[in-house]
Amino acid sequence: MNYDQYLNSRISAVPPSGIRRFFDLAASRKEAISLGVGEPDFKTPYPFRDAAINSLVDGETQYTGNRGLIELRQEISLYLSGRYQINYRPETEILVTIGASEAIDLVLRALISDGDEVLVPDPSYVSYAPGVIFAGGVPVPVETRQEDDFRLKAETLEKKITEKSKLLILPYPNNPTGAVMGKEDLEAVAEVVRRHDLLVISDEIYSELVYDNHMHVAFASLPDMWERTITINGFSKSFAMTGWRVGYACGPEEIIAVMNKIHQYAIMCAPRQGQVAATAALRLGRENNYESVTVMRESYDRRRRLMVTAFHDMGLECFVPYGAFYVFPSITRTGMSSEEFCSALLQEKDVAAVPGNAFGASGEGHIRCCYATAVDKINIALERIAAFVSAHS
Amino acid sequence: MTKLEASLLDILKEDCRIPLEKMAVMTGTSLEEVAAAIDSLEKRKIILRYSPMINWDRTDRERVEAMIEVRVTPQRDMGFDAIARRIYRFDEVKSVYLMSGSYDLLVLVEARTLKELAAFVSAKLSPLETVTGTATSFVLKRYKEEGVIFESDDADHRLVISP
Repeated sequence: MNYDQYLNSRISAVPPSGIRRFFDLAASRKEAISLGVGEPDFKTPYPFRDAAINSLVDGETQYTGNRGLIELRQEISLYLSGRYQINYRPETEILVTIGASEAIDLVLRALISDGDEVLVPDPSYVSYAPGVIFAGGVPVPVETRQEDDFRLKAETLEKKITEKSKLLILPYPNNPTGAVMGKEDLEAVAEVVRRHDLLVISDEIYSELVYDNHMHVAFASLPDMWERTITINGFSKSFAMTGWRVGYACGPEEIIAVMNKIHQYAIMCAPRQGQVAATAALRLGRENNYESVTVMRESYDRRRRLMVTAFHDMGLECFVPYGAFYVFPSITRTGMSSEEFCSALLQEKDVAAVPGNAFGASGEGHIRCCYATAVDKINIALERIAAFVSAHS
Repeated sequence: MTKLEASLLDILKEDCRIPLEKMAVMTGTSLEEVAAAIDSLEKRKIILRYSPMINWDRTDRERVEAMIEVRVTPQRDMGFDAIARRIYRFDEVKSVYLMSGSYDLLVLVEARTLKELAAFVSAKLSPLETVTGTATSFVLKRYKEEGVIFESDDADHRLVISP
């Protein structure tokens, strides 16, 4: 039977993720060292797991309210105000979702009408543009460049704005580049947002992972930006809780209400035990000044330096990332495209990295390497990449 | 302790074979600073030695371990230190701790055979004049030591590639 005529043409028109194709290739090589992961190598700290275990032992196996456990929303509110100086009311301005991914999907569906344009910095996380298309919008890539440390420049952004522009996605600290936006960078963007009456989806999932005295600035904390921003965050990266699937969206009551409408019909609620573990993560963090986050951040930071230095030693251009857990070196010196480089590296040296073009056209000529991997493995992988680069230069 | 020293201890407790050059990169300092900091940690006896964590149960070496609770009479002017010193000098003794609670010293002993261990208790430890009593418990299995889980499955369960 030919199902093409039955399938939703808007969805069918979106090509499958470029990462997916590479995943199949990489998964076939069992001995490969992977720098292609996108999650912490720490297990969820045991006290958070223990909270979820206790909840199961106590038979807490029911739905939670649509918006999530009120204790969790209260903790999220305290966390965001204490850590990033943004205030959200737990009852009406916070929605707990199945990972930040669901929050992104919800906000796009809640805000986009057919034909609306959504500005997406490029390169960026792979889901934004498809999510925009699924919601009926038109993604408009806004190029970011290595010479600007992959920060979104207000001038470049402004050039892409049309009368159809409605939304800007701000994904900083950035996956795949590791770029962060300082206060001045964000203020320049805020000026454009104000001038063109845009709304902003600020995906701050890597907010805890910034290094070298850089401070994460929440976009909603800038003057007049609270009312224009939906802040998205979650527990996966900062608290090493990827598999639990707990994230959240915060913003003006009217927008959160519409997101909740979709969420309550499509999802009901995020899994209860994930919410319990997340509540424990924030409560304990508040009590011990986020000790487990600090330990993980310091460990990532050491490996970040190791990896950046190694790429510099290989003679590859590699901007120093100050956030997330990725480095994004340029491999143009080898004359290969990102995909050629990654395929050959995998086949010849058993090291998996992700081609930069999987994250958008501006990622071409780069590869994404994740340093959330054991130091000994990083060292072996880097030696192999060095040998590969010198053989192909 | 400086921030650099704290970072170096974090690195070394995971793997003490990492070259100084790599440690300098990881901490964002110079080779000389790292060398000086480690030298200082060693001189101040904060780092005592660099030894591997061995799971002897996976070797064919015969080995028994016991924890012995020892009650002693403290000595005038010396307290427990003198008797602790008498005990820790025996080669069989791996660790000695002064404890609060129902006994005074906890002594960790290792020997090749049960017979040797019994001989240590009856012939060396118990006869010490200030020792008033001992209770020996044998170690049956080691699950975790110094933060390392012995029987853990360390496999990386993450997806090879994820967005």
